[in-house]
Amino acid sequence: MGVGIEVINLNAWYGTNYTLQDINLNIPANHATALIGPSGCGKSTFVRCLNRMHETNPIARVTGTVLIGDLDIYKDAKPVEIRRRVGMVFQRPNPFPTMSIYDNVAAGLKLNGYHNRHALDEIVEKSLKNSALWDEVKDDLKKKSGASLSGGQQQRLCIARALAVDPEVLLMDEPASALDPVSTSKIEDLIFQLKSQYTIVIVTHNMQQAARVAENTGFFLNGRMVEFNSTHKIFTNPSDKRTEDYITGRFG
Amino acid sequence: MGGHKLPTEHKLRARIRTLADGAATGLAVLSTVLVVAPLVAIFVYLIYKGASSLNWAFFTHNPAPVGELGGGMANAIVGSAILLAVGSLIGVPVGISGGIFLAEFGRGTKLANAVRFTADVLNGVPSIVMGIAVYSLIVVPQGHFSAFSGGVALGIMMIPTVCRTTEEMLLMVPNAVREAALALGVPNWRSVLAITVKTASPGIITGCMLAFARVAGETAPLIFTAFGNVGWSAKLSEPIAALPLQIYVYALSPYDEWHRLAWAGALVLIVLIVVAVSLVRYVTSRGVLKGAS
Amino acid sequence: MTRIRFQQSLDDLKEQLLVMAGLAEQAIQRAIEAYRVRDLSICDLVDRSEIAINRLERDIDQAALDLLAMEQPMAIDLRFILSVIKINADLERVGDAAKSISDRVRSMEQMAVADLPVDIPKMASLAAEMVRKCLQSFIEADAEMARTVLAMDDAVDAMNRAAYKALTKVMREESHLAPQALNALMISRSLERVADHATNIAEDVVFWVQGADVRHHKSVTGGRDPHAMG
Repeated sequence: MGVGIEVINLNAWYGTNYTLQDINLNIPANHATALIGPSGCGKSTFVRCLNRMHETNPIARVTGTVLIGDLDIYKDAKPVEIRRRVGMVFQRPNPFPTMSIYDNVAAGLKLNGYHNRHALDEIVEKSLKNSALWDEVKDDLKKKSGASLSGGQQQRLCIARALAVDPEVLLMDEPASALDPVSTSKIEDLIFQLKSQYTIVIVTHNMQQAARVAENTGFFLNGRMVEFNSTHKIFTNPSDKRTEDYITGRFG
Repeated sequence: MGGHKLPTEHKLRARIRTLADGAATGLAVLSTVLVVAPLVAIFVYLIYKGASSLNWAFFTHNPAPVGELGGGMANAIVGSAILLAVGSLIGVPVGISGGIFLAEFGRGTKLANAVRFTADVLNGVPSIVMGIAVYSLIVVPQGHFSAFSGGVALGIMMIPTVCRTTEEMLLMVPNAVREAALALGVPNWRSVLAITVKTASPGIITGCMLAFARVAGETAPLIFTAFGNVGWSAKLSEPIAALPLQIYVYALSPYDEWHRLAWAGALVLIVLIVVAVSLVRYVTSRGVLKGAS
Repeated sequence: MTRIRFQQSLDDLKEQLLVMAGLAEQAIQRAIEAYRVRDLSICDLVDRSEIAINRLERDIDQAALDLLAMEQPMAIDLRFILSVIKINADLERVGDAAKSISDRVRSMEQMAVADLPVDIPKMASLAAEMVRKCLQSFIEADAEMARTVLAMDDAVDAMNRAAYKALTKVMREESHLAPQALNALMISRSLERVADHATNIAEDVVFWVQGADVRHHKSVTGGRDPHAMG
């Protein structure tokens, strides 16, 4: 089951670059929340603060509080622990090139010391089914490498890999932007189904996609969150003129 | 296509382009031939000069006393194998660890820059100087020549190549792969070893083989360390024969018999290097999955 | 500013609707004038403009559909196009109402002039004023002006109800005046319809500009649903 995320006064820097300013936000559990905004507005940085991937850059700095459920992820836990509870899917599919499909899905578990063969088989199957890839690969699990699949399949493989560690939150950074329309639709349908089990945060450039999959949407601009509301409100009658200018394409 | 005629000027330009294209292709082929030709020539010449001296005895007998016919280089072949084994045991782990440090843990730090600089300097040290250095550091305190000191000399010479190649191959692993592992909650050290290094392993192995092939033929560092041995020896604490060393000694000798053996030895040395490298390639490629790049 | 072509298309759509609105407003005013002066040549003008109005309705719907499909409009743009489609339909009905009045005027030509207890001209001027105002609010995107139109509908409804009462009485008690009374009743009905359509247009303007759905509101004076007959 998913948990809610509460963000309080989050500020983030890359060196001297003040990337996120005073972000306050409540992301409800078991819903999909979309984050939209122009390039460079900080939405990807924000999402990376939610699983402390922001810190993999040595010049990155964060202040503020992020609560995942009841856990203060910056005070009460280590990055490695957080990342097992908050999974991430990236813009370009990145399966491990030296591993088979099976090993890719099981990677998060195997690399953390989990080796129970039977249980792994079950988890791999369940994850691949949850990411709507099982039928296409069930005969080639150990024979084909993860990198030999098509783009859309690779992305679903990455989703399965993220799901296999049983996270509570799934962060998706423009998951379909490198995919064709059919694959995109499949991913969107998937998000719809996954919502009931996980809390999903999806960064997207594609507003129609946000409108299709997310109940709530946040609009980021220049490092600030300008408006956060139900997707319906944002796209039919947003409160802030800047939001409206962005979604109607009137941006300068 | 309709009958759209090109003006004459365009035709001329097109013809020049085709000629230029052909000329460039020709130059490329010629260059390739020029590069490969010496290699082939050497190989052919070695076969011509050395193959006739190859017999079963060559591989099983030690050198015969001066003046006698026959004999072989069995001890040198085994000696080279031992020296290279010791050298690899030193050079490969140290080099790979250094490469991993440079690429994954120390990127941008002053320490990494210092390490890299040291490796580059080490690479430039003449092999004879390397031999003298190991002589002072190991042979003199121990009081005798030894296979061990020869192995150390070779090992140190392997380090820069292995280290730099490892670093380069690791840097070529796309960051996306590292991020994927980190995002799964895998600790950094584990991600480096299990994922990044594994992804770069074909390149790293190539680096090791390059270093191996280079030191397999080194003679100068062995002169003051392994020293050579006319008899049989497989002990690390004793002087040991080595193929390149033996070839060198025999080639400089005044005896025709020894010259014959030197040619044969040179041929065997090259063939053994090729075989060793191919074997490693074959064994490691068996593990690669279908479809992986 | 980006999306210049889209903005141009939106402006063009607005222009087209305003042309149609002009025709519809003119048709109503002519129909009322024809009633006032009993001039059949004016009826001809009304009939012709109705044809133009119908053609424009098709064109505007097509243009709106294209914009929805091709441009993925959002927020205010989406509300605007939706409003245009609905106002389009209401304007076409206004044109129909004008034609209906014009038809009544033609049939009344054969009849004797009767003095009926209804003030058609007053109703007509109120209805015409509502049409003028709701179109003005559309041109200026003025939601407050549009809201005042909503309030005017009650008066027209009341007049229509009174006309119904008075004219049915006439038809019962002075049956020789029945044809004139019936025609007057139908004209009154048409004018009430025109007021309704003007109200709808005003509601659509409020929806477009403010994103608020103010349809089927209860009037502050009556408490009766203005869309109910009665």
